Amino acid sequence: MTKPHLIVVGNGMAGCRAVEEILARDPARYRITIFGAEPHVNYNRIMLSPLLAGDKAFDDIVINDLAWYADNNIDLVTSDPVVAIDRKIQTVTARSGRVESYDKLILATGSDPFIIPVPGHDLQGVVSFRDMDDVGAMLRAADAGGPDGEPGRAVVIGGGLLGLEAAHGLSLRGMKVTVLHIMPTLMERQLDEAAGWLLKAALEARGQTILTGADTAEIYGQGKVEGVRLKDGREIPAALVVMAVGIRPNVKLARAAGLAIGRGVHVDDHLVTSDANILAVGECVEHNGLVYGLVAPLWDMCRSLADALVATPSGYSGSVTSTKLKVSGIDVFSAGDFSGGEGCEDIVLRDASRGVYKRVVVKGDRVVGAVLYGDTQDGNWYFDLLKRQADVAEIRDALIFGQAFASGGAASANPNAAVAALADDAEICGCNGVSKGKVVGAITGGAVTLDAVRSCTKASASCGSCTNLVESLLAITLGDAFDGERSAPTVCKCTSFTHEDVRRLILEKQLKAIPQVMQELHWTTPDGCSSCRPALNYYLLCAWPGEFVDDNQSRFVNERMHANIQKDGTYSVVPRMWGGVTNPKELRAIADVAEKYEARMVKVTGGQRLDIFGIKKEDLPAVWADLNAAGMVSGHAYAKALRTVKTCVGSEWCRFGTQDSTGLGIKTEQMTWGSFMPHKFKIAVSGCPRNCAEATIKDFGVICVDSGYELSIGGNGGIKLRGTDFLCKVTTEQEALDYCAAFIQLYREEARYLDRTAPWVERVGLEYIKQRIVEDAAGRAALTARFHQSQVFLQDDPWAKRAAGEDYKLHQHLAEIRPAPRTLEMA
Amino acid sequence: MLPEWLDIGPVDQLPALGARTLPVRGGREIAIFHTANGEVYALANQCPHKAGPLSQGIVHDTTVTCPLHNWRISLVTGEALGEDKGCVPVIPVKIDGGRILIGRAAALAGVAA
Ligand SMILES: Cc1cc2nc3c(=O)[nH]c(=O)nc-3n(C[C@H](O)[C@H](O)[C@H](O)COP(=O)(O)OP(=O)(O)OC[C@H]3O[C@@H](n4cnc5c(N)ncnc54)[C@H](O)[C@@H]3O)c2cc1C
Ligand code: SF4
Ligand code: FES
Repeated sequence: MTKPHLIVVGNGMAGCRAVEEILARDPARYRITIFGAEPHVNYNRIMLSPLLAGDKAFDDIVINDLAWYADNNIDLVTSDPVVAIDRKIQTVTARSGRVESYDKLILATGSDPFIIPVPGHDLQGVVSFRDMDDVGAMLRAADAGGPDGEPGRAVVIGGGLLGLEAAHGLSLRGMKVTVLHIMPTLMERQLDEAAGWLLKAALEARGQTILTGADTAEIYGQGKVEGVRLKDGREIPAALVVMAVGIRPNVKLARAAGLAIGRGVHVDDHLVTSDANILAVGECVEHNGLVYGLVAPLWDMCRSLADALVATPSGYSGSVTSTKLKVSGIDVFSAGDFSGGEGCEDIVLRDASRGVYKRVVVKGDRVVGAVLYGDTQDGNWYFDLLKRQADVAEIRDALIFGQAFASGGAASANPNAAVAALADDAEICGCNGVSKGKVVGAITGGAVTLDAVRSCTKASASCGSCTNLVESLLAITLGDAFDGERSAPTVCKCTSFTHEDVRRLILEKQLKAIPQVMQELHWTTPDGCSSCRPALNYYLLCAWPGEFVDDNQSRFVNERMHANIQKDGTYSVVPRMWGGVTNPKELRAIADVAEKYEARMVKVTGGQRLDIFGIKKEDLPAVWADLNAAGMVSGHAYAKALRTVKTCVGSEWCRFGTQDSTGLGIKTEQMTWGSFMPHKFKIAVSGCPRNCAEATIKDFGVICVDSGYELSIGGNGGIKLRGTDFLCKVTTEQEALDYCAAFIQLYREEARYLDRTAPWVERVGLEYIKQRIVEDAAGRAALTARFHQSQVFLQDDPWAKRAAGEDYKLHQHLAEIRPAPRTLEMA
Repeated sequence: MLPEWLDIGPVDQLPALGARTLPVRGGREIAIFHTANGEVYALANQCPHKAGPLSQGIVHDTTVTCPLHNWRISLVTGEALGEDKGCVPVIPVKIDGGRILIGRAAALAGVAA
């Protein structure tokens, strides 16, 4: 009797592994033929990365050589892809015309790399990263070099696992590599924002150029690649373009044969397709709604497949996956689901000095995901806990410190106990080299608050990352006598740092990006919250004017939309009217806008401006364009920024007026508009002490008198009414302007985000402010200079950019759904 | 038969950590959110508190903070978090080949018959 004939389509990782598993169970059951499209024997595809990087040669990555096929009587057909399956008569036809009939057929056709269909994607020099041919093309490009003996240039499109491995290999081969990634962070599917940011910094330090948020418009060149043009117009010259943007299950053959297909070939728990004689395995399949792009699940599948074909069916029930980046010297690990969700809790550890970031996601006492950067030693341990669904309640508090710590019985789950167990000479504060003994000594010596310990030992006074340890020592040493309270509030629940700490450390450590601040200052959440993100965005903007790139998604909707959100979700728009003065042309433009966009109300605001209500989000850009055309710019009535300068008519019209209060108001507004602040900021200038502009309840008020200008600060007409404090009197307009700039800058640099001037002045004291602004002339001049310096960058009209089309998508609907008959139309 | 999933366009049209809207004729507008690690979620664009447009809130982790009065809403379950009580309808979404697909039945659930 002849043996049943088993045909395998695909000589890749899954196809051959399936055969190995079958042979291991019963080497004599089938007569086996393997068809492969590639000219090679079965090799380890994941080793293409080390092959490209030069760490391996082809022979090193062969899994099964020709002898294996021969020893096992396997008929190997290379370079001859199967092009058709006839399920009725059970045959396959290869490209060469060869026809074979099967009893059982296994599809293991893997995936096709996804090629973005931009113009030029078919130019010579555009390759994917999938097989030996691709690696060959990359090596040739690297060897060819650039013109005049310079290194060749390559662009890798895609900052995922594959793209980064390709980029790494190419740069080791001497190419100048630019990685283009459309998302804001690298490997966003495996890593969270924080880890992605660390990775980017590490790759940049190795000489690669990483452009995130980079959207490819076109690959250009005459016949062969010359470079890549981005949608924002940037051009990156390159002789080689590697597309590594993703893969799609290769289902061509299966589809043509009429098998059931979703994203991949549908298989049941025994890897059987909709045809009982055809099985499928590997990246080409969809099991239970999932497709996989890594090898570990394939191994699981191959076992179940072999069980189904040869032994007792065991059933495949899906796989959990973990990934590591194979870039030497950069340790990145990710497993499971780290996107959180209901009931999930993140445990985050950031150790800036060691460049370590760890995040473990726990749900109901089970680990559900983990991301590790810099120290991946415990990756497998977390992955094991995850796969076993182990109960981690007992070790939860110590979980993040890794296996050695968490399972080392002595270190109990209570952090205080762990600190108590430390030896006396154990270092508490790394920055200042302060030991536990010294801190305890200080506490028993009378330093019973955190601040006191800080000032007498310096522990936790620098970077502050040991603050929790010091607090533990206070708690242990003082027992109930420690009140546990810090005097200043922390920025939010994501950090143990106060606003003042954060502001100081941003400057001291030259922190210039939100994820960098979170990493260096040990934030305990992956991407902050709606309290700290806007605060950090502001602090960075204030600290590094002109350098820091504003993070739109860390701004409150009003600032993101440059308009005020109202209770019904529509917006109101306030154009600037310098000093409260307007003219017929502006009024006409406002009236026209109100009519054209069906505003529901136009109202004079408390700050003497006109507010146009009821504008739809999608109409905002057009409204701004119309107002801009009439010469008006955004009034920032929505922003934590200078709002208005209210004025009276002063000496020009009023019989009491002593100075030109309107003119000074206009000058003040023209100097200060656009300046972002910790909170909204209002100014008023009155022409005499009758104070018609209500200058004494403003953040900065000027009362003109015969002999000059009386300046006062810290007033607030808001929830808690507060009259201003008198700051000083000056004699010229220019002085009034300079003092105003200096005061604003001091407030910008030192207040806590969301502090208005009133509570800030009360907290720091009027004396302090007088000393900085009035008594210290050089300091005042420096503040004024810094104010003007940042205004160079801040004084541009946000409306103009948006009206010109920037971020237009934010205002549009993504699409629209219309029920029945054809349900969908793109907007 | 009408498809179960509706294709509403490419993922790259969603700003990371942001959201965009999807009006439904005769029904409730939907907000599509994008988290930092590239996950996509969809909720009815109405806060359970006072119907604030959730699409305009700040997205962090898998929550969105409503722009009107700062309720935090889970993108995964639609539940208000913390002390607040309330829930918004969640619309199933998936990404396939870089395109966003949303569950048809749930998207049309708000449409008056
Ligand atoms: C550069 C690189 C690095 C990787 N690194 C990792 C890693 O570190 N960790 C990890 O887990 N995974 C990694 N992967 C993914 C891993 O290689 C795949 O998950 C695995 O190879 C999939 O196995 P497969 O058999 O389904 O497909 P493949 O290994 O792709 O095999 C499919 C084979 O079928 C052939 N074929 C297709 N159609 C036909 C046809 N009609 N007739 C005949 N033959 C056909 C193809 O030519 C191919 O040889 C990496 C992949 C690449 C490309
Ligand atoms: S504040 Fe004095 S100058 Fe100005 S309008 Fe009133 S009375 Fe006239
Ligand atoms: S409407 Fe959302 S919090 Fe009030």
